[in-house]
Amino acid sequence: MTDRKAIISVQNLVKHYGDFKAVQGLSFDVYENEIFGLLGPNGAGKTTTLEIIETLRSKTSGQVLVNGLNVETDANAIKQIIGVQLQAAGYYPNLNLLELLKLFSGLYGVDVSPIEMLAKVNLQDKAKAKYKELSGGQKQRFSIATTLINSPKIIFLDEPTTGLDPQARRNLWDLITEIRNNGTTVVITTHYMDEAEQLCDRVAFVEAGKIIALDTPDQLIDNLIASGFERKKEVKAANLEDVFINLTGKEWRE
Amino acid sequence: MSKTYNHTKATLALAKASFRSITRSPSAVIFTLAFPLIFIVVFGFIGGGGVKLDVAVLPGSDLQNPIIAALEKTGVVRLTKNDTQQNIDKSLEKGAYDAVISIEKNPNGLPAYYTNVKYTSASLTNGNVLKSVLNDVVGKLNTVNQKPTVTEVRATTVTGREYRTIDFILPGQLGFSLLSTGVFGTAFIFFALRQNLVIKRFFATPVRRSSIVLGEAIARIGFALLGALFIIIIGHFAFNFTLINGAVTVINMLVLALIGVVVFMGFGFVVSGLAKSESTIPPISNIITLPQFLLSGTFFSINAFPSWLQPISRALPLTYLNDAMRKVAFEGAGLWDVKQQILIMLVWGVGIYAVAVKTFKWE
Repeated sequence: MTDRKAIISVQNLVKHYGDFKAVQGLSFDVYENEIFGLLGPNGAGKTTTLEIIETLRSKTSGQVLVNGLNVETDANAIKQIIGVQLQAAGYYPNLNLLELLKLFSGLYGVDVSPIEMLAKVNLQDKAKAKYKELSGGQKQRFSIATTLINSPKIIFLDEPTTGLDPQARRNLWDLITEIRNNGTTVVITTHYMDEAEQLCDRVAFVEAGKIIALDTPDQLIDNLIASGFERKKEVKAANLEDVFINLTGKEWRE
Repeated sequence: MSKTYNHTKATLALAKASFRSITRSPSAVIFTLAFPLIFIVVFGFIGGGGVKLDVAVLPGSDLQNPIIAALEKTGVVRLTKNDTQQNIDKSLEKGAYDAVISIEKNPNGLPAYYTNVKYTSASLTNGNVLKSVLNDVVGKLNTVNQKPTVTEVRATTVTGREYRTIDFILPGQLGFSLLSTGVFGTAFIFFALRQNLVIKRFFATPVRRSSIVLGEAIARIGFALLGALFIIIIGHFAFNFTLINGAVTVINMLVLALIGVVVFMGFGFVVSGLAKSESTIPPISNIITLPQFLLSGTFFSINAFPSWLQPISRALPLTYLNDAMRKVAFEGAGLWDVKQQILIMLVWGVGIYAVAVKTFKWE
């Protein structure tokens, strides 16, 4: 796994908001066609880092290359090859999902069939619904549909599963894995470690604007065990979420 | 994927989305169409056909005589013949009747009839009108088959354009409609787009900022002009609103409407930038729209205002839009004839957009 091509390369990234140092010298690469997780507590600088890579925010110093393009000089070219899902973003008022997707295909300058885009995220039944009428899981799936319109090389998902019930969360994992399997690189932030463990090929832990660990979930766990760590409680073959899923079924509730 | 990005396509996609959104927004439809139409309907009916005199005929009065017949023929006097004495007295005091009339046959020969009229101080103006109507009617009746001894008045009336209430009210309502669409609509949409991070999501696409503003403007201007056209058409066909040069007048009015709504949208941009929360948009917008609504000659001619108030009226952009609209619609003025009004609106436009550039916020 050492010769993989980096599609995103972040070197010594620094972002200051006045006196507040949100990001303090981050460096990492995201490889082509992997699911890369940025993990860390609130305020660690995850969203700021994402938004700098997405060209939505300026950086204080450092270098960021996306598919070989510089965020400072090639912002528009980058925007054409990435898909962005923002934390808690809304959509244009009074429009249904089909109309919103038409708007986005106009904004990206591509011709796509809105209903096919909805089918990709299994929302074709909601074509005429308004965004605010959707459930939490449906909203996230719709947001992901808008990120896929321009057939991007990379999509960025900022806490896509926050607030979802276990069924909706698993459903979204399947969707994200499918998108990766179709050749798209995925960068995701999350607070859920079980999610990162199951979904991500590699994860970076961000704390106070710095990366404190970066590896595959497996390797990070092995490293910890090797250092002599033991869980206080005996690990069982199943956890409470397994019980929940087992009792309430896998089918996703609308 | 190296195909060049088309900014026009992005702008038009936004314009289309925005237009759809506006037509589904209840407040936009109410302010642009419903309110102005309600005022037009109300004033359209009130301002029907000039002066009408309400005159009661006293019970017991002779009804089959040339005086009654001649009064009815004038078309100005509305005679009520079957009211009770008691009711007539009450209505007379309140001014609901302008006068009461009773006609007696003269049993002693000439004159053939006595006409008794009682006026009321509650309606002196109409009483005076009735007085001259009666003099006219009676004079004509008395001189039937007689050569006038001193002079005969030969009066003719030039057939001029009738300036109806609608001719005053409609342009004012049109201006009000454009003001509301421009200020409220623009302020709300840009605030909402900013607040709900819709604009931020747009920024993650290759769209330009100018495309966002332009797309929004095209939709809003399109909607405002369609609204204006609708109001003009309803006014013309349902209430005889005067369009002196027909279609040319309509086009001139739409050009004025365009200038107006562009200027008013500038206020909207400023409000969207100043507003700290959604609930502060209406009060700030009202500070801008209400004074213009009341002082810019929307309902009354500003000449009717006290002289200290008139300079304020003459400083407001809506005053000049209303003024220009009325000149174009009723007097048949061309756009060049109202260049002064247009110029003042443009000066306002330059000023307000200079402020808007300073106050507008994207995030």
